[in-house]
Amino acid sequence: MSDFSISIDKQISKGKFRCMASPCEVLIDSRNTGLAHEITACAVAEARRIEHKFSRYRNDNPLYQINHSADEFVELDDETERLIAFAFECYALSEGLFDITSGILRKIWRFDGKHSIPTQKQVDEILPFIGLNRVIHENRRLKLPTGMQIDLGGIGKEYAVDRIAGLLRDQYEPAILVNLGGDIAITGERANKDPWRIGIEDPNHSQQASASLKIGRGAIATSGDARRCILHRGKRYGHIINPKTGWPTAGSPRSVTVIAGTCTDAGIIATLAMLQGKYAEEFLQQQGLKFYCHR
Amino acid sequence: MQLKRKLTGALSLASCSLLGLPSAQAETPWDVETTIMYYGGEDGRVSALEPILRMKKEIHDDEFLTLKFTLDSLTGASATGAVPSDQPQTFSTPSGNSTYNVAPNETPLDPTFLDTRGQFTLGWDKPIERNLRRNLGFNVSKEYDFTSISGNASWTWDTNLKNTSYTLGGNIELDSIDPVGGAPLPLSSQNNTPILRDGDSKTKNVIDLLAGVTQIIDRSSLVQFNLSLSLADGYLTDPYKLVSRVDSTTGQPTDQIYENRPGSRQKIALFTRYKKQFGNRDIFNISYRFMVDDWGIDSNTIDANYRWRLDNGYYIQPGIRLYDQTAADFYRYFLLDTDTIPDNLTADYRLGELTSQTIGIKFGYSGSKNSTWSVRLERYMQSGESHPDVAVGQLINQDLYPDVDATIIQFSYGFQW
Repeated sequence: MSDFSISIDKQISKGKFRCMASPCEVLIDSRNTGLAHEITACAVAEARRIEHKFSRYRNDNPLYQINHSADEFVELDDETERLIAFAFECYALSEGLFDITSGILRKIWRFDGKHSIPTQKQVDEILPFIGLNRVIHENRRLKLPTGMQIDLGGIGKEYAVDRIAGLLRDQYEPAILVNLGGDIAITGERANKDPWRIGIEDPNHSQQASASLKIGRGAIATSGDARRCILHRGKRYGHIINPKTGWPTAGSPRSVTVIAGTCTDAGIIATLAMLQGKYAEEFLQQQGLKFYCHR
Repeated sequence: MQLKRKLTGALSLASCSLLGLPSAQAETPWDVETTIMYYGGEDGRVSALEPILRMKKEIHDDEFLTLKFTLDSLTGASATGAVPSDQPQTFSTPSGNSTYNVAPNETPLDPTFLDTRGQFTLGWDKPIERNLRRNLGFNVSKEYDFTSISGNASWTWDTNLKNTSYTLGGNIELDSIDPVGGAPLPLSSQNNTPILRDGDSKTKNVIDLLAGVTQIIDRSSLVQFNLSLSLADGYLTDPYKLVSRVDSTTGQPTDQIYENRPGSRQKIALFTRYKKQFGNRDIFNISYRFMVDDWGIDSNTIDANYRWRLDNGYYIQPGIRLYDQTAADFYRYFLLDTDTIPDNLTADYRLGELTSQTIGIKFGYSGSKNSTWSVRLERYMQSGESHPDVAVGQLINQDLYPDVDATIIQFSYGFQW
């Protein structure tokens, strides 16, 4: 099955595929086409496995089971347990701003390009069903109150990037860059010590890269509303919604790109920065990480 | 809601555990706060300059070590408890080796009051189970006539999905008091030559117990209740405080005797606090404390402040504190020379009936953890009954409970190290 393509460009081979509704690629510091095939196949398999397991569009995965458990405890497998534990950590660290139960806001916030925003009444009706502190997580089990849902969309893609980079790092010598729809991790330094060059999209001009970023190691994630937003009466509502208010934070940047040790860290920090509104830069500076913030 | 913390340390620990990676966590920095506080009493009363260094570090995941060093240097004079007179008065210094004069119609203040206090506090806060934290602390404090060592432990248990927290704690304090020249014999006259002494060194110990509950009401408010019990035992007398005996007709002091307090004191206090955040920005805080003890003192404290967040990480915080207390059963403004001397007796204004108001304002910047600062300005005003009905003779015209006013200025600067 050929659901990916391989090309060679100068010193680098590139494997392209689609996953998690995004264009994805692996860049390999090698011209060996056979190796590129093997590596890309490995990346595709892992990306599909994670998508399958944690997609909210399937009815045969652990996420579906949790979301349809109706106030009953659900046993968690190792990987789900680790993701849920991580989500709880993020919830605590962010004082509730990062909340995997906030996905149900999608019922009223439809970022389909149509110009409509919900009413405060609609928001108020949804808010009681949000709040990870109401979910019981103990002894590798999870109990979700009726009417609540969890959604790992906020960490799933970044987690997949880190997982794939980890697998490839363990198995393959050449340096590899894993890119799932703009969320990126690098397995190591290139043989010639050149950094990887990555273009950052300018949300105001989506076809052109506004900055070219050079990194030798680490990971990058972007949170932004370049494509997913609502324009209502001249006001832009970004798709990152504050789970405490049910509204997007006013004064958010258009997009935030963060460089960190792992893609997961970068993604969380970028998302939290969006929720800081006009204080995004202040928050980012405090984190001591390299970042790009588009207004 | 603005997040003000550096999250990356704890976050990368969590993600390393998620990804099954060894933690490549760099060592967390110390959060350092340096403070200098000036307390300026008026009319020659005590002034204090107090530098404080506070350091906190996350030594393991969610486990914190706190160190605090305080240095107090006090200057100025303290009211001895003796009444003023329309005649000049002469008093012995605490050592008994010299005397000082007090002008007519002046409140007798001990001018030899000069002290430096050093204090070190250590705190260790550690999660011991998923919903249980333990805090252990140690404190040592030393000034030239006073040494104090204490240890404390408390446990906080979170339940009800962390919406309710219960705290139980205790503190044991052992103090050694070495009054200048030795402890005066209680209720003996300062006019004895030499002053009668009751040993050189005295001790006291204090046990404090606390039970508390904190309840989160909703996303932006919480309420807290604490009940505390304090049992002090030993030398609770102030060796430098006097009570005047006065002529029952003229009101002129005829003798000055050393005070004597009971050998034990039990206090019970109830504390409640309500805290609310408005619109994810401003924070309102109000607390009330009621204390009652077996010396007959009841006190009420109301403390309220409002942190008004300005743009770019600045804030301004006005606050007010109101306090009142009843007098101890053995408090006297003075004793008539016809009165028999009771077993327990004090004229220390701090044990008298009083009210105080503190109004203050704080302005600061907390936009970056690497550089936070604040300036606090407070005005403290204390008053009591200056002309009690019991006054006789010349005392009728004297201020027997002078107001104590002070200004407090504090600068703080915090950074990561």
